[in-house]
Amino acid sequence: MSASFDTGLVDSLLVNLKGLAVRPMRFMEVCGTHTVSIFRSGLRSLIPEEIKLVSGPGCPVCVTDQGEIDAFIKVSRMSGVTIATFGDLVRVPGTSGSLAEARAEGADVKVVYSSMDALDIAIRQDDNKLIVFLAVGFETTIPGIAATIKEAKRASIGNFTIFPALKLMPPALCAILPGHKPYLDGLICPGHVSSIIGAGAYRPTARDFGLPCVIAGFEPAEMIAALILLARQAGEGRAEVENAYPKAVSWDGNSRAMRFMDEVFEPSDARWRGIGSIKDSGLTLKAGYGEFDARVRLGVEVKPATEPDGCLCGDIIKGMRSPQDCPFFRTRCTPVTPIGPCMVSSEGTCAAHYRYEKGFR
Amino acid sequence: MCLAIPMEIVELKGDDGSGPTAALVDSGGIRREVRLDIVDRLPNVGDYVIVHAGFAIHALTRADAEASLSLLRRMARQGA
Ligand code: SF4
Repeated sequence: MSASFDTGLVDSLLVNLKGLAVRPMRFMEVCGTHTVSIFRSGLRSLIPEEIKLVSGPGCPVCVTDQGEIDAFIKVSRMSGVTIATFGDLVRVPGTSGSLAEARAEGADVKVVYSSMDALDIAIRQDDNKLIVFLAVGFETTIPGIAATIKEAKRASIGNFTIFPALKLMPPALCAILPGHKPYLDGLICPGHVSSIIGAGAYRPTARDFGLPCVIAGFEPAEMIAALILLARQAGEGRAEVENAYPKAVSWDGNSRAMRFMDEVFEPSDARWRGIGSIKDSGLTLKAGYGEFDARVRLGVEVKPATEPDGCLCGDIIKGMRSPQDCPFFRTRCTPVTPIGPCMVSSEGTCAAHYRYEKGFR
Repeated sequence: MCLAIPMEIVELKGDDGSGPTAALVDSGGIRREVRLDIVDRLPNVGDYVIVHAGFAIHALTRADAEASLSLLRRMARQGA
């Protein structure tokens, strides 16, 4: 069932890729899980030298705006609040302190694996605290959060809220690609965001930017297969959408999941770290679900904030720079003493380079 | 936050009138419960699901997985 131990398969795919890498080519892996899979598998040292891979904006924790991080920390310090969050957010530095530091000073910060776990905490809680789930994530995560909110409404759970900081991938791609166009030969499109939105969602991207878009799985053979399709398109001067991950992605996506999203959320402008505000690239709760918005319940606003001095996360998210360009990389900034989110998140580009760089060329 | 590996459905759980709401899944002996609210189609026991943050987001059969593997094998054989 898995192609991961089939080394003969990987080797033959690599030979084919070599034959297609007829000139220098640069492909962006949009998704943070691809960044990590590429490093963990040592793919960078296996693929032909002509092919360079750049990381894109697909790490949900990394793209969370500094103002949103500050607001999360502020809410965690309010009395009567329990924060429920994905673990990766806890150590992201805010303008002053982090959720981890707030917790050490007495804030109630609980790490959850799923938004449903946060709802369970709200159901079991007997001290009247307001649960605030820090809702970060892309299209893969959003439908589950929508389902959680629908369940909270159905069961009338009054002490459950979310702090929406959700992001949509296609608008962000459209925002960053103009700066890349001359240097980029194609996009390795996300696997599981695409499970939800469908391969067809990249058709405008391929057309408007003239870039080959190929959806990739996460096993080495699957990623190399995607590179083969990209290199072939680039070599032939085509810019089409191809799906190299059919076992998880269809052309039209998961309509059931998208219905959940549409029922609970509507598009709104959102701020991305390093990119700024992008029209309709975020989501806000629809009128019928406003009671679940922690910002409204607690009267909190997200205020503009400056990113950590000298940290290049903004440019790294856009794929314009790499961690090695940052003077703090491996010196002042390490996973133990992170300066920016790209070094904290398990999907962050700086963290991936730090952990797996031996195979890096 | 993504789990790249599909997990096998061991048991379907709960029922809200329109079908099971959760499933027990297994991958290499690691078992956990996942919600089925947003999965693209309801899986059967023995099918696989792709799981993200506690929710199954996509269901596939063993045949789907094998078809995808033979596609890779074909690409490997074809040459450039
Ligand atoms: S190494 Fe640290 S400071 Fe430099 S860009 Fe990465 S996270 Fe920011």
